[in-house]
Amino acid sequence: MIQFRPIYVICLREFKKFFREKSRLLGTLARPVLWLFVVGNGMSALIRPQVGFSYLQFIFPGMIGMTILFASIFSSISIVWDREFGFMKEMLVAPISRLSIVIGKALSGTAISVAQAVIILVLIPFLGISLTSTQFAEVVAVSVLVSFCITSIGILIAARLTSFDGFNIIMNFLVMPMFFLSGAMYPVSSMPHALRQLTHINPLTYGIDAFKHVLLRNSIPPLGPEFSLSIDLFIVAAVSSLMLTLAALSFRRKD
Amino acid sequence: MSIINVQNLAKQFKSVRAVDGISFSVSEGEVFGFLGPNGAGKTTTINILCTLLSATSGKAEIAGYDCAKDPDEVRTAIGLIFQDTTLDTGLTAYENLKFHAYLYNLDRKLTERRIDDMLAVVELQNRKHDLIKNFSGGMKRRLEIARGLLHYPRVLFLDEPTLGLDPQTRNTIWDFINTLRKKEKITVFMTTHYMEEAENCDRIAIMDHGKIIALDTPALLKEMVHGDIIHLVTADNQKASREIQKTFGITAQTENGGLSLEAERGDEFIPKLIHSLSVETLSVGLKKPTLNDVFLRLTGRTIRDEMLQNDREITREFVRSHRRAQR
Repeated sequence: MIQFRPIYVICLREFKKFFREKSRLLGTLARPVLWLFVVGNGMSALIRPQVGFSYLQFIFPGMIGMTILFASIFSSISIVWDREFGFMKEMLVAPISRLSIVIGKALSGTAISVAQAVIILVLIPFLGISLTSTQFAEVVAVSVLVSFCITSIGILIAARLTSFDGFNIIMNFLVMPMFFLSGAMYPVSSMPHALRQLTHINPLTYGIDAFKHVLLRNSIPPLGPEFSLSIDLFIVAAVSSLMLTLAALSFRRKD
Repeated sequence: MSIINVQNLAKQFKSVRAVDGISFSVSEGEVFGFLGPNGAGKTTTINILCTLLSATSGKAEIAGYDCAKDPDEVRTAIGLIFQDTTLDTGLTAYENLKFHAYLYNLDRKLTERRIDDMLAVVELQNRKHDLIKNFSGGMKRRLEIARGLLHYPRVLFLDEPTLGLDPQTRNTIWDFINTLRKKEKITVFMTTHYMEEAENCDRIAIMDHGKIIALDTPALLKEMVHGDIIHLVTADNQKASREIQKTFGITAQTENGGLSLEAERGDEFIPKLIHSLSVETLSVGLKKPTLNDVFLRLTGRTIRDEMLQNDREITREFVRSHRRAQR
């Protein structure tokens, strides 16, 4: 059912293309940098922190989450490109299982997204946060889990999108709300009740909360983590496996 | 021995019966063609054979494997070249072929040599490490043929292999296919709506509205048209048509603003014909029957008429390829 050589070569193709498309790399990295230095610094001046760190530091876990969100969605949306430009057919008529294609896409999307999250970590010294090597390893580990989760969601969406026109709708009605309703910009508990409900069904919320466990460990609620780490990790893992299964199933269907 | 076996195959899309109970078989080593206008059900049939679609009813077998039950065996046995290019334009020729070799689990040691061999066959060996982005339409097609053959398939499917290519490139592609036939002992199954292209086939199935309306060698199909084809333009085509029916008992078909009729010994028939008509004759032409005339005889329409009605399709194709080029 799972064939390793096809999975390997599907991943290899994604990496090659990722490193060839410099603009894509630049685009995904420029976004969090803009948020951190422009929005983060601007807001830091407005919002006087009562606790020992700035607003900029508060949103850093959220920025890692955002990098992963966009990177993963872009990677998985490549499926729509592949379909639009015919390459998907090359994979669909090959003697490989649909599950192998989905796993190949999920693994490559995850790896590319984690790589970008790690690049963002390089900004840490400029933000006045000190990071131990254990924390660094923990951030990478959580990144893997969150990236895999978001990539799986993206693949499920891409499997259902029939044309590229749907992409903007997905960006505006799913990706942006997922970002704003994730606790990345403001604590979940400070939101109005109705929005808070939406935040609770957003898997990214738990991913970002896990980052807060690692990066804002000693801060007091509501600025620090708001859920327990085990709940965070469990929900992210559960959503990942559910989405990946659904994605593999929706690929299998033949009209 | 037949390598493709199709029995009573049918495919029903919501309200359209795209393939309506077709049966045929193709023997090993044959070049078999599907000829018909757009929407005749050619691509749907190919998609069922290559396991991309499931049939509503009926049975299809390739190399002894059932297309519905053993898709992986069927996929290993076939190579495919689709209407639209399915190359990754962001990769090099070599990378596209290597990707294919890995998907088909080709022996690692064999892969490199096979890639070089196939690139040599389609004369792209010196473009091995160039990005597909910089390839012309004809080069892309050639590379796709190389890729389709990479895993030693027993049947090569070509869906409109020369669509959108200029006549010169079209001829080159055919030279390659003919060379390959001799070299690789392969069965070729192709669809086309180009008459000239269909002439290259050993046997042709003419398809219309989901059904096979004729199946034979090009020579025998052309014999269905009796004698020569006379194309006639007169001052009043309708009146002329009635007179021809009355005098000679021949039914003339309307074609390209004139009349088209079949007659044995056309050269001797023309003077008699013009003499018998009361309306003025504007022009007369004589030609040997082509497959287009066979199609006209069988359906009362020419494939070209059908093509014109498919403007929208062509526009869509243009927009798509344009977008692809921009990428």
